[in-house]
Amino acid sequence: MSERLHRLLLGLAGLAGFGLLLEALPRWGVVSDRYLPPTSRILGELFERARHRPLWDAVFNTLGTWAIGLVVAVAAAVVLGMVIGTVPLLRAFTASTIEFLRPIPSVAWISAAIVLYGPVKMGTLLIVVYAAFWQMLVQVLHGVADVDPVARDTARSYRLGPLARIRWVTLPTALPYLATGLRLAATVALILTVTGELFVGTPGLGADILRASSSGATAGVYALVVVTGLLGVAANLLFRTVERRALSWHPSVRTEVPA
Amino acid sequence: MLEVRGLHKVYDSHGRRVEAIGELTFAVEDGQFACVVGPSGCGKTTLLRCIAGLLPATAGEVWVEGSRVTGPPPGLAVVFQEYGRSLFPWLRVRDNVELPLRAARMPRAKRRDLANWALAAVGLEDAHRAYPWQLSGGMQQRVAIARAIAYQPRVLLMDEPFAAVDAQTRADLEDLIRSVWQRLGVTLLFVTHDIDEAVYLGERVIVLSAAPTHIKEDLPIDLPAERDQLTTRGDPRFTELRAQIYSLIQKSKQASPAPSKELS
Amino acid sequence: MRVLGWLLWRLVLIFALPAVLVALWWQLSADSSHFLFRPLSEIWEAFRETWDRQRLVEDVLPSLNRLARGYALSLVLGIGLGVLVGSSRTLRSLLEPVLEFLRAIPPPVLIPLIALFAGLGDARRVVIIIAGCVWPILLNTVEGVRAVDEVLADTCRSYRIRGGRRLYHLVLRSASPQIMTGARQALAIGIILMVIGELQGTQDGIGHTIEQFQTSFQYAQMWSGVILLGLLGVALSLLFRLADQWVLRWYHGLRATEKER
Repeated sequence: MSERLHRLLLGLAGLAGFGLLLEALPRWGVVSDRYLPPTSRILGELFERARHRPLWDAVFNTLGTWAIGLVVAVAAAVVLGMVIGTVPLLRAFTASTIEFLRPIPSVAWISAAIVLYGPVKMGTLLIVVYAAFWQMLVQVLHGVADVDPVARDTARSYRLGPLARIRWVTLPTALPYLATGLRLAATVALILTVTGELFVGTPGLGADILRASSSGATAGVYALVVVTGLLGVAANLLFRTVERRALSWHPSVRTEVPA
Repeated sequence: MLEVRGLHKVYDSHGRRVEAIGELTFAVEDGQFACVVGPSGCGKTTLLRCIAGLLPATAGEVWVEGSRVTGPPPGLAVVFQEYGRSLFPWLRVRDNVELPLRAARMPRAKRRDLANWALAAVGLEDAHRAYPWQLSGGMQQRVAIARAIAYQPRVLLMDEPFAAVDAQTRADLEDLIRSVWQRLGVTLLFVTHDIDEAVYLGERVIVLSAAPTHIKEDLPIDLPAERDQLTTRGDPRFTELRAQIYSLIQKSKQASPAPSKELS
Repeated sequence: MRVLGWLLWRLVLIFALPAVLVALWWQLSADSSHFLFRPLSEIWEAFRETWDRQRLVEDVLPSLNRLARGYALSLVLGIGLGVLVGSSRTLRSLLEPVLEFLRAIPPPVLIPLIALFAGLGDARRVVIIIAGCVWPILLNTVEGVRAVDEVLADTCRSYRIRGGRRLYHLVLRSASPQIMTGARQALAIGIILMVIGELQGTQDGIGHTIEQFQTSFQYAQMWSGVILLGLLGVALSLLFRLADQWVLRWYHGLRATEKER
């Protein structure tokens, strides 16, 4: 059978095996079913919740916060990154500041977010935008730096204005980096969206998980965790595909590697 | 002492059966320098890999030093074409040369001496602290050769080792390998697509046919043992042998249809 | 003389913008009576008072200790499993979807679940860190192991380099650039999870302290904690850079050479 089909079948077998394992463990008493409900119960709970509005509200809330945060962060990072990246002096001066601000964990802002905004979207957005921005900025800077100096000089010698140069030289070179940055920023953004919902109280899947957990609805917690995971997988697939498309047009060899 | 008996290799790739080697039988005596040439896609590399124990044969046997080859045999070293990829980039040159000896549990002092000797033999005694990627292509291939001879093999296999270097470097390396062979007395099987090189280097040239591969001709090279880029290549006997092999290969290219996959 | 000039210029480049920004911040916040955004001078005072030796030992050290344990275990687990999975095509195909799913779950979401299993103690906090850190390490190790150069692998086979030696000299060192990429991502995630794990229901830790300040309206102290976190992040990032330079010295040299060609 073909290679691809073989891999697909193995993958499905792996998933099935995993599900069966999680079904068996609590049923055989290896793990208490108060801590780990069997897969069937979790899936049952999942489908039950899917029939009612609250789950979908939570999903849309999470997606909304995530999307807004991502868009803001990416827009800011691309603009700032392009500007800083194309002016060597700016780059040199901002390098130390960026290197300092970058590793500051976004969660440091959780307390401030809680105080400032309380359990609304804004608070979480603060954290999401902060984290996603840096992920994206770093990639944009790499992308602009990767521009082939020969190509750039050629464009200059043909008297292409700065905007045209960005369009024809910088952007195509930077595209794969932008795609990677988008994927990394999206991943981080989702993590922080849910974190914000858990700790700041913003409505969404995180908040629902907290509620389910404090009311002892363990199967519900697992079900919601599965939903969150599926969301993450979908996002990952989406952005990986985008990244691959951007790469397939790009002639050069890339070094930044997937996580 | 190297014996190939009835070697036959078939690949299954993407649902197609490709016969890389039809039937090969030959023997290389102790200490002989034998070259293998043939048209592109005639399975030269496949042959080498089967002898090296890196590829199982579909049928037939390979015997090295009296033992049948089922996996990489001891006392056999291989020098690959892609020198850049066969050296460990995280090890310095001398550590690269010593690594197979470490694996063979040789004591440190002896390892060190052998490595130094091998590097001196290829003219790289000063480069032992460098990393491979700091060296030129020719020098990297020398390191690979040093590593092979430090291993003190009875049989040395070389797979188009000089194909990826420039002509000048190739000439130097050719002379180097001949002198190394003369000093050590190893049995050397040298695969190449370059007819001139095969005639210049070998005591004997095995000419392979196009796929399904078999031996077209087995020519003894009756040139003097002392060879030199200028005089030997100008020798009329050299030109004769060269022409003979060239026409053999041309004929075999016309006789068979185009070789099936890039399976050289 | 030239070297001195060059050195001075580099110092200017590094410190100019930060100095300007800090000065700006100091000035602009000086008259602040906002309940949350305290003047920088006040925050600086609070910093010096709050983070004294005692607090460093009682809060900062335990946090770092948990991070170290979680990170180290993640490395062991991630690299160990990664080598296993990466070496077998069948295992990879089998496990890929499951791993993709598990790693897509944002670690904070697992906290309530982990609390069920691991109780309320230190172990829980370390498990949370592992739950997030292990994935980038694992997945990058798998990639790195998968991409070991064929010619190099053949070289090892023909020279009969096997077993543990092969594992170290061929597999691990070949995959090390990739593993380091994963380790770097894991570090960032680890710091985040270290803090998150300490919110709500701990006895000690940096995150716990910051949260305490926040709930008791001591905002200057809270900000001082945020700054400390930032400094910590930077320090760990620098440490990682050093480790990276040491482990991947050969790799950086190799890439530099390739770029020139």
